[in-house]
Order: sequence, then structure tokens, then C-alpha cells
Amino acid sequence: MMLEITLRHAFPGFMLNAAIKAPPGVTVLFGRSGAGKTTIVNAVAGLLIPDEGRIASGDWVLLDTGRGIRLRPYQRRLGYIFQEGRLFPHMTVRQNLGYGAWFAPKDAPREKMDHVVDMLGIGPLLDRRPAALSGGEKQRVAIGRALLSAPRLILADEPLAALDEERKAEILPYFERLRDEVSIPILYVSHSATEVARLATTVAVLESGQVVRQGQAAEVLGDPAVLPMGAREAGAILTARVVAHHSDGLTELDAKNVPLFLPHIDRKPGEMVRVRIAAHDVMLSRNRPEGLSALNILPGVAQEIHLGEGPGAIIAIETQAGRLLARITRRSVQALELVPGAQVHAIIKTVSVAPSAIGGGGPEKR
Amino acid sequence: MTNWLGPDEWSAVALSLQVSFWATLVSLPLGVFVAYALARWNFPGKQLLNGLVHLPLILPPVVTGYLLLLTMGTKGPIGGFLAELGIVFAFRWTGAALAAGVMAFPLMVRAIRLSIEAVDPRLEQASATLGASPLWVFLTVTLPMTLPGILVGAILAFAKAMGEFGATITFVSNIPGQTRTIPSAIYAFLQVPGGEDSALKLVIVSIVIAMSALLLSEIVSRRVAARLEGR
Repeated sequence: MMLEITLRHAFPGFMLNAAIKAPPGVTVLFGRSGAGKTTIVNAVAGLLIPDEGRIASGDWVLLDTGRGIRLRPYQRRLGYIFQEGRLFPHMTVRQNLGYGAWFAPKDAPREKMDHVVDMLGIGPLLDRRPAALSGGEKQRVAIGRALLSAPRLILADEPLAALDEERKAEILPYFERLRDEVSIPILYVSHSATEVARLATTVAVLESGQVVRQGQAAEVLGDPAVLPMGAREAGAILTARVVAHHSDGLTELDAKNVPLFLPHIDRKPGEMVRVRIAAHDVMLSRNRPEGLSALNILPGVAQEIHLGEGPGAIIAIETQAGRLLARITRRSVQALELVPGAQVHAIIKTVSVAPSAIGGGGPEKR
Repeated sequence: MTNWLGPDEWSAVALSLQVSFWATLVSLPLGVFVAYALARWNFPGKQLLNGLVHLPLILPPVVTGYLLLLTMGTKGPIGGFLAELGIVFAFRWTGAALAAGVMAFPLMVRAIRLSIEAVDPRLEQASATLGASPLWVFLTVTLPMTLPGILVGAILAFAKAMGEFGATITFVSNIPGQTRTIPSAIYAFLQVPGGEDSALKLVIVSIVIAMSALLLSEIVSRRVAARLEGR
């Protein structure tokens, strides 16, 4: 199933004009606040009626202004996970979870309540009311409620933005499980590079109402010309397999036959992981450096070189392990005589990779 | 109680309760509907409807009563039509209930409207995305969350109906056993020598009923609020 979205909508002082294709898996709408991400999701949900547009997946047409088709929100069969949860305060967690299922067609393929409760770890909360839940618990219940409504598509509008770092780390794995264990496509709005790196199968980058880049996550995040959140947030993703946990606390990974050493990762050998390598954590050297403390030295070839407006530059490096981004100064670009095609070594300090930058392997393993 | 109250007084109390009960019960669905329309919908003539609903609150009650007499009396345009169907308001207890209901309506609508406006529309959106049609959204989200307000509105209306005097006496007069509610009865007792005793008893009954209604609404709305807060 491929969800195709074409929208045109004029706001005072802002024009949304976007075409997005969302294949199975997680499609992240990535961009700054005000770029039009939530507008798109609301249009898909039917909470906003665009001036013009078509939203359809095969012969399942949610909206087609040209043909005068416009399903009401309750006819769309979507699971919308809102930023603020929006649980019904007068119902228990159990009633909240069952709410959508009650309205779903009886023959709709649906998740089992027990399985979802288990997956989200909300069993002990079932008889409580939302007011007695923590922020993270509320959001887990909201995920379950959306999932149990037998949706054909899940929408998530910055579901982690209202949570602190600890809670985010608590919820992110559930979205990874959703992506990997449930076959429902997910449209996910985010302005967090970490979330994109961990969750996205496909990324659509939005800037002031336009889609500036769209494609596979590794491809889009590895493009130095596409930096929706600025050079400071740039970073590429590598997919790797856990090889072994060493006694000194390091985990050895294998990224397409290139060994990577990272701080301990809580996953079993053989599992696939996605690692986000921030561009500012990558150093470059023309010769293979020696006597260096950094454990990961990846030979590669410089590709695009993107000079910013400030003193910095972002270099894309094609290595055997995958594409990396490095953020260095323009001065260094000159000093190293970096041009596309130049041989370089990318150096990644082991300790610079935070645990939050490592997620489940997800779609790439399938 | 029947011994303490004479038959005339008892009749006034029973009639008042009957009139107020039916006035509240019948106007409640309409009150919820009008409050919802005023709180959530935009339509031409909204301000007119709002004004119309509030009119009994600002007009002298006698004027409202007289207008009711003109329109709903057996010779009035609406009253005449209804009379042919066998529904007669003039000089009957039903007329007293109508007058009380009309006079209490603004209070009821105000209370309910406030509580509907306090329901977060984003919860109603969430309900819609989960597959609830507008009617189901109203029944499963808006209505239960508005319940305390509806209750307060109903009790206010009931209390107002118990005390209604001007419009009632103008519209349906002061007929013992038919339209002589507590306020009319108090008024009538005070017009005759030696009636102060009976009047005072009815005053006490009024106070007791009003206070119990208030207390009841307080208890129930606290319970509901506690439930919403997860306690």
C-alpha cells in the first residue's frame, strides 16, 4: 500500500503545496515548526479541508477535491496519536483503549487487546483514569488507543515533543516495535533528527510548505544539501549488526563488514541496529591516522561538499559501511584540499555516540 | 408534614413540585440542544437566538406572562392550534409549568453552555478520528463531560421554577389546586387576615427545598469532578 498525498492550501501569509508518497513503514514528515507538517497530517485525518488535494491509497480515496470526494474524519479509519495524548478523562484506560475498536467495522483486521497491552506495558494501568497517569504512560495509552481502532493508517503528530528526554527514551522503542511488528503504515511528524534517524523508513523534508526532499531515510539524512534543522543537527545513519559485547564495556558492530566499536548497546548479538552518527562527531583525515585514541576509522571517498553560510562545511563521505556526514570548518576543507573524489578517513570517537542515537534495525533488515 | 401543613398549603407545595419537575424535565433536552448550538455552531441568527433565550431574564416577568397569554392562550395563535389538539395551557397547571420553564430557560442554558464550552474540542476531534460520528462524539465525549454543568443547569432551573411568580400569575392566574404554586399561595395568604401563619410555613418549605437542591447539586458535581480528576 502506497499512500499518496497531494495538497494545496493557502493560509494567510503561507502556502502549503506538497506532494508526498508514503510507502509501508514509517514516513517521517521532517522539518521546523511552521513548515506545514501538522497541516498535512490534519488534512489526512480530515480535521482540515485543503483548498485542493487528493489523498488516496490505491482505490481507498480519503479526499479528492477534483471529484468532490471528502470522507468525514470518522469515516477515514485512521489512528491519530496526538502530541498531547488527548485521552478521554472521563474514561478508564481500558475504556480509552476500547473506544476506537467499538466503532471499527466488525470484520476489520484488528490487533488483539492483550497483545497491544503487552507490547506497550500498560497492563497495570488498565483501571486507572488518565489524570492518574504520567506523561509517558498517557502517551503509551494513546498509542494503544490508536492501534486498537483497527486503523488502515497511523498518524503521529510529534508524539514525543511534550515529553522530557527520559520519557522520550521510554517511548521511542514502542514506535520501533510498532514499525517492526505491525504492518500498518505510519505517518510521523517530527522535528527531531534523533527520532527521524531511529524511526524513519522514508523521510519527506518540509520547508515553508514545500517538500524539498523525499526518499529513503539513509539517503535523505546523508545528503549534506538537506539540513532542515540546520548544520548543527546534521547526521547520517548506519545500519549494523551486533557482533559481540566485549569485557571492557564496548559493543562491536558489523556495518557491511566494517567493524564499529560503540559503548555498550543493550541488544543481543545478531540483532540489527541503526546508529545515528552526528556530523559534528566525525573528524576527517587525508592519511590514515596513527596513535589516535578514536577506535573507529573508516576509509572513504568525499562526495558532495556543502559550504554553509558560516565558517562550517558539511562533507558527505561514502564509506564501505555506508554514507557519513562530517561537519568541519571551511578552513579545514581548504587545508585538506578536499574535493569530490578525494580519499579521506572518517574518524568517529566511540564515546561520542549516545545511547539515544541507537535504535532497532527496523525496515532495513527485511 | 401533611398535619403540619393544611390542605391548602399542602396542595400548593405538591403543585409547585409537580410544576417545577415537569418544567425542568421537558425543557432540559431543548436546553442542552440550544446550549450546544450556541456553544459549538455558527449559524445566521445565532445572536437572535441568544437574545430570544435570554429575553425572559431581562423582561419584567409580567410582560413574559402576558406574552405567553397572547400567544399560548386558547385564543392565541399557537395556543389556539394546540387547544384543537387537546393541549391546553391557559389556567391549567401545564400553563404554570410552561411559564416556569420559559422563565427558567435562560439560567439552564447559560449553565449548560458554559460547561460545553469548557469541553476541549480537541477531545471531540480525537473521538472523531477514532471513528465516532458527530452524534456518537456528542453522546460519548461531550455529554458525559458536560454532565456536571447539565446538572447545575437543571437544579438552577428547578429552583427558579419553584420561585416563579410574575409570569405564572399573569398567564394562568392563581387558581387553588390548578395554578396556585407556593409563591402564589404565599401571596394569597398574605392578602387575607390571619394568613401569615400559613405563609410562613410555605416560606420555610421553600427554603428547605431550595437548600436541599443546592446541596444535592454540590455533592453530585463534586463526585463527577473527582471522577474526571482520576481520584
